Amino acid sequence: MTPGRTAEGADHPDRLARPPRVRVTSSRRGAATRRDLRPLTRDLDEQTDLGEVYMAGLMSAQLRLASRVLIFGALGLGGLPLLFLLVPDTRTLEVVGLPFPWLVLGVLVYPVALLVARYYVRQSERIEREFSQVVGRR
Amino acid sequence: MNTVYGVTAIVLVCLTTLGVGAFGLRLSRTTSDFYVAGRTVTPYRNASAIGGEYLSAASFLGIAGLVYSSGLDMLWFPVGYTVGYVVLLVLVAAPLRRSGAYTLPDFAEARLESSRIRLLSSLLVVGIGWLYLLPQLQGAGLALRVVTGAPTWVGSLVVVLVVIANVAAGGMRSITLVQAMQYWLKLTAIAVPAFVLLTVWLGDGRPGPQLTAGTAVDWAQPLSGFGGQDHPVYATYSTLLALALGTMGLPHVLVRFYTNPDGRAARRTTLTVVALLGLFYLFPPVYGVLGRVYLPHLPDGLRADSIVLALPEAVVPGSLGEVLSAVLAGGAFAAFLSTASGLTMSVAGVLDQDLLRGRLGRLTGEDATVVQGFRLATVLAMVVPYAAARFVEPIGLATTVGLAFAVAGSTFCPLLVLGSWWRGLSTVGAAAGLVSGGVLAAGAVLITMLAGPISGWPGALLGQPAAWTIPIAFSVAVVVSLATPARIPRHTARTMVRLHTPEDLGLERSTRHR
Repeated sequence: MTPGRTAEGADHPDRLARPPRVRVTSSRRGAATRRDLRPLTRDLDEQTDLGEVYMAGLMSAQLRLASRVLIFGALGLGGLPLLFLLVPDTRTLEVVGLPFPWLVLGVLVYPVALLVARYYVRQSERIEREFSQVVGRR
Repeated sequence: MNTVYGVTAIVLVCLTTLGVGAFGLRLSRTTSDFYVAGRTVTPYRNASAIGGEYLSAASFLGIAGLVYSSGLDMLWFPVGYTVGYVVLLVLVAAPLRRSGAYTLPDFAEARLESSRIRLLSSLLVVGIGWLYLLPQLQGAGLALRVVTGAPTWVGSLVVVLVVIANVAAGGMRSITLVQAMQYWLKLTAIAVPAFVLLTVWLGDGRPGPQLTAGTAVDWAQPLSGFGGQDHPVYATYSTLLALALGTMGLPHVLVRFYTNPDGRAARRTTLTVVALLGLFYLFPPVYGVLGRVYLPHLPDGLRADSIVLALPEAVVPGSLGEVLSAVLAGGAFAAFLSTASGLTMSVAGVLDQDLLRGRLGRLTGEDATVVQGFRLATVLAMVVPYAAARFVEPIGLATTVGLAFAVAGSTFCPLLVLGSWWRGLSTVGAAAGLVSGGVLAAGAVLITMLAGPISGWPGALLGQPAAWTIPIAFSVAVVVSLATPARIPRHTARTMVRLHTPEDLGLERSTRHR
């Protein structure tokens, strides 16, 4: 029995004595109709307006994440020559017995790059997981 | 150097490469074997394979040579080589894998639905591949001369012959395991001698770099312009930009992504690549610095690029030094062979499929078989850079590789980034970007390589073109696309779904458009 038909039945004068039934069916409406919904993945496949909205959301989330990482990298790495240029003392600064520029460019850059890359991978996988949950949950 | 040790190491590396190639032939009779194997390759092994193929003569010998001759600013090269993979990861790793493209021309054609773009991309792949092969062959010539005193053409020829035999036989490339082993071989070959040399250096009381009084400060400091570099600030930024954006456009990089099972694995693979490259690049600068300590004046006839091979015997005379040198020579040859094999495979594949096959068929009246065509393409892919290596004066291994990055960054980077993220990219816009970036960057490269040293701003702008050619290529692609909205590929929206949605959704992923 579909919720629609029950609701009509509830409006029938003979059935006025059974109002609770209306409430029960109306609360089940979501669950019952859900099975009949087209999967959202088909909206993506068929490029309906709804599918486009979801795609745009996914892409802009990923692109925002990518921009965040790239801007961090550009400021961090691109800032180094600027730092050396504007604060000449940093060119000869010694940190734990090693000259600062050698330490940064020869060693420290690599673990930082790895951490940034790991952050990106985790975040982008999270975005995709959420997208799959919203779109693919059937 | 002890010739016997050195030659033994090089011969061993060459024979192993050939032997594994022949063995691989039995493993990979058809291309489909490769595709099937791709489904079982873990990110870790795949990343080792990418590292094995990526670490070339420029990494193994060139960086140390640059640090030796030009000092601290040259550390930006290994930094850029590594950061290039972070940029690749962030912008295109997953979309490239999900595109299902096997080569850059494949991607261009699938995304822009145009066979002309495909042809344009093919020409660029061949050009960039040749430019990148050149320093591999020059490096081999240098290395063999240090080991045996043979003229440089001999070492280049050895690499050419081994690679042709290997690629034409169909081995090597398809075997991820071999390239993965190459990474660990190269890491061991550069790390173990470095530790020995560092131990000796510590035992000697940590002597400092030997430079003439006035220049010692410049060599060790950033932006000093040591080694005759004009406009070091511009050069630093331009180099960094070229390396960061050029990596994704190198011909032999994309193919390796195909062996990832899905976009998620492609990202994890790239993450591991960043770790492996970072580990390797800790070592080359050690040779450059210790070279300044123990070999302040290069022996006659030795180029800075050979410092890695010459250093051990200067630090530890006797048989230990000779053995270490031999290990390094073997590692260097592994670097030439693996990178050259990967590049040759990519260039030959494109030459064969997109440029030769139709013409060859007409010439021979369809007599030539597919295999013959590919073998011909392989020989052609190697002969051209070999001839160029004979005639072009070496301008430094890492510098030449840097130019290849600049061309890749000015052409394929806009194509891949805009193609992956911007629905407004039109076929005409993409073509205009490829042509303008390609012509400008390749022009700058040719002038730099053929005209000899140019001083002042023209020299800096032409020697490090990326800082202006990449923005121009991006702008041209965007502006022309905006002006030609009618030429946006019809199935752009569908392609975007394929490039960006996770595979676990089970969406329609076929490359054929409905």
